Amino acid sequence: MKSVKQLISSAWRALFGDTMRAFGIVSVILMLTLAIAPAKDHFSQWHGYQNGYLAMIRERGDAISLRRRFEPGIQQIWHPEIGVVDRCETCHEGLKEASLADVTTQPFRKHPVIPHPLDRYGCTICHRGQGAATTVEEAHYSKLAGVDPILPARYIESGCGQCHQNALTGTPQLNLGRQYLAQYGCVNCHMVKMPDGTVMKATDDPPSLEHIADKTTREWIFTWLKNPQAYAASATMPNYKLSDADASDLSAYLISSSKPLAGDVDTTIIPAAKNADPSAGASLYGESFCATCHAVQNAAGNLVGGDVGPELTRVGNKVKPAWLQAWIENPHSYDAHTLMPHYRFTPQQVATLTGFLMSKSDSDYSTDVHLGTATAAQIAHGRKLVAELGCAACHTINGVKKPDNFAPDLSQIGSKPLAQLIFLPGMKQTLPTYIASKIKDPSAFGPGMKMPLLPLTDAQRESVTTALLALSERSQTMPEKLRIPGVHQTTYEPAGRAGKLMADLACFSCHRINGHGSDLAPDLSLEGSAVQAQWLDSFLKNPNTLRPALTRRMPRFNLSDADRKTLTDYIMVAYQSPNIDPDKAPPAVNPPALVEQGRQLFYSKYACQSCHTANTNTDKGYIGPVLAQVGTRLQPAWIYAWLKNPQALRPGTIEPNQNISDEDARAMTAFLMTLKSPGKQEGKQ
Amino acid sequence: MTRRPVACAVLLLTTIGTGCKHPSTSSSGLKPTATGSAIVVSSGDKQAAPTGSVLANPLVVQVNDDQGNSVTGALVEFHGPAGVLFDPAAVLTDSSGQATTAVRLGTIGGLYEVSATTPGKSHPVTLQIAETALGYQQQLGSILQDKYCSRCHDPESSAAQVSNYDNLAVKPHAFTDGNTYNKMSNADMLSIIQHGGPALNRSALMPPYGNTLSPTDVQAVIAYIRVMADPPYRPAGTVYGQK
Ligand code: HEC
Repeated sequence: MKSVKQLISSAWRALFGDTMRAFGIVSVILMLTLAIAPAKDHFSQWHGYQNGYLAMIRERGDAISLRRRFEPGIQQIWHPEIGVVDRCETCHEGLKEASLADVTTQPFRKHPVIPHPLDRYGCTICHRGQGAATTVEEAHYSKLAGVDPILPARYIESGCGQCHQNALTGTPQLNLGRQYLAQYGCVNCHMVKMPDGTVMKATDDPPSLEHIADKTTREWIFTWLKNPQAYAASATMPNYKLSDADASDLSAYLISSSKPLAGDVDTTIIPAAKNADPSAGASLYGESFCATCHAVQNAAGNLVGGDVGPELTRVGNKVKPAWLQAWIENPHSYDAHTLMPHYRFTPQQVATLTGFLMSKSDSDYSTDVHLGTATAAQIAHGRKLVAELGCAACHTINGVKKPDNFAPDLSQIGSKPLAQLIFLPGMKQTLPTYIASKIKDPSAFGPGMKMPLLPLTDAQRESVTTALLALSERSQTMPEKLRIPGVHQTTYEPAGRAGKLMADLACFSCHRINGHGSDLAPDLSLEGSAVQAQWLDSFLKNPNTLRPALTRRMPRFNLSDADRKTLTDYIMVAYQSPNIDPDKAPPAVNPPALVEQGRQLFYSKYACQSCHTANTNTDKGYIGPVLAQVGTRLQPAWIYAWLKNPQALRPGTIEPNQNISDEDARAMTAFLMTLKSPGKQEGKQ
Repeated sequence: MTRRPVACAVLLLTTIGTGCKHPSTSSSGLKPTATGSAIVVSSGDKQAAPTGSVLANPLVVQVNDDQGNSVTGALVEFHGPAGVLFDPAAVLTDSSGQATTAVRLGTIGGLYEVSATTPGKSHPVTLQIAETALGYQQQLGSILQDKYCSRCHDPESSAAQVSNYDNLAVKPHAFTDGNTYNKMSNADMLSIIQHGGPALNRSALMPPYGNTLSPTDVQAVIAYIRVMADPPYRPAGTVYGQK
């Protein structure tokens, strides 16, 4: 005890025995303390990277200019209004150096070209991670609660989606993901409120089941419920992995709750259906362009056709002939809002198509189930299941109300705190992994999980995850000026008799007009300024194709003369371009010299024949419409305006704007207006 | 003065790959029942996909014996540069001698050389396969050229798109044709795309896109043509560095 005391006092004396000595020692301690901060910097990880960067650029041809632009110390991009404090450039020194594009050692590589300057929005807005951190671990892989780790590159488009609610050309994966959320009916159960305030709407158009017993049998419903994709590979209905008993009880309830359609359909089969020529059915199916909307699996197992309507590979296994006949006759009497047009087939045609479609059945597809008559207990249990599984969230079902908020709101799923997620054992604990795994196999997350398994491929799941990650908290709090709203369907409906006709013909299932409709076929908002009335009338009577390379085509409806006139008159008057003044139109008939000058320009200066066929004997261009009869189809004012600026009339059209002078445009309009002879391609169907 | 080649991305990606060529998969527990002496591509090579994504079609290689007959039950291991993932990374050839794997590309855009190796009778046999990862700009270019250019420039028709190539009196080149495009400077490319064939004294069948596509879009298409070039494009200027 004593010796310790002695030791301390002798040490004290040795260090601070006299004033000089004490002063020296205190100074040394002070200097060491002051050196801590620079030393910490010196030995810090980022300092090591900066030295590595300097060593790397020293070897390069542009070392001097790279060195001049190098900035030592902590670098920071700071944008408080969007919550960005990013120090990533402290280590990623070469991000803005164009000449470092070939570098593959990170963190020195140049950032790939993107549409925004890096300084404007920082890094974490797209990549996530911790911008303020200055160590590799903290910046990229932080496991702190409520903290984002870096986003795997495959989901990077989710960053774009936080501001861009519209579909960008450069973000296909994000666009597809959003499309799938609507198309696979996710948003029937989940609320997705986009940052622009709109609520995402489903596009899967699930059928109403109010009259299901008219359409099909309990046995088919049973088989379908057990595995929808066994009936149609393209079905978007999820597989609920139901037990036989549950599927049987559900089918019992659906059949028992079904009400025969008021003013019931004529159930007598038109006799011709029985002995209809099978090849007549196939050709009528082809001529009516059913394949534009409906797919059928071919012998090689590939789906051929569109996905607007249901796949028809095994439709004969599903529907009752009487129902099908009534449907083809007029689908609107069964479903007033169906996307399917009322074709106005003759009774003979209805019979032919019914016979043709009923023959599309698959003997391997098992409807060989016999369920007998349903008991009251089965029906009651079926009803309970309908409510539990949330069937009515998608389908209209008699006796069960559409549930509100059946599944969790996903409007901010992209920032869901990890603490609120339940991970499976062995799973990487990140939000993207959670979302992707949940979609891939919901049942793995617990037996009580109501979320069904959606028939998505790996790539589709990656897209959906991208779209969901874009629904971040940041996307909601982004300053208004940075937000690019989505393009949404308008509620435009044409009025009057023409409006009624257009609804009956389901024009909007393919065409868009004034922001309402689909993009399968040309936008008709300016059609009245484009075409000649007489041509329109004859086209509606017999739509021959203008673009030989297209497989989707306008079907022929058996329209009466009066109906055609109603439509033509309406389109010619209502769908006019405000920018085309018919009074200032170039004349339709012109002096031969001008026509000849236009012809020269068409073939040599502008080489239009590379895409168009003006003379069916000599030209072969196969991209744009055939122009052999354009003089009877289009109005001169439209041709002139189109030549001057095609994109102004149809945004996104691939016809290049060739910056054609007024004079050249006038001459070519004169030439095109002389093209009136039906070429050989026009005649044949 | 020391001159040191600074290899372009293509080469470096390959080099990184070499670094990673450890047989991480022989621990997979696969028991080969046969060995082959050659390995060839069946399908899935020369694909392009966005960085970090899985190639649309799987990579399929076939193991053959000396007579060129397929070998069943031979071990095939797949290797690639850093960031490339194979599912599975090792597999036994099936009854038709084929080994199939899904390829996830790395996060850096550019050409990737991946390899498939089979043990062979005396020494391992390795096959090099090229795949392309498209960064944002190249992917944008890919989408744009598909919409605006491919019908003339790609002689192949697809179900969705009928080629117009055969109808053209002067034939354009497919964008993968490195021998043609690697000789063109970026400035010439920009010029012919923006102002049409006549800008370079070429045919007017090549239309001008300068009023239709923004300069950013045209740059994106050029970036796409550059990354797709076969043989690969090596920009002049960055090949040699000096101290
Ligand atoms: C209507 C058909 C057509 C379209 C569409 C088209 N090109 Fe061309 N392109 C040509 C023809 C023909 C040539 C060859 C001209 C010559 O050699 O005289 C050509 C040549 C070129 C060349 C010069 C190299 C070569 O192949 O000879 C480039 C570069 C080019 N096109 C880029 C594009 C891009 C980019 C697009 C899309 C934005 C595009 N082209 C769209 C027809 C077309």
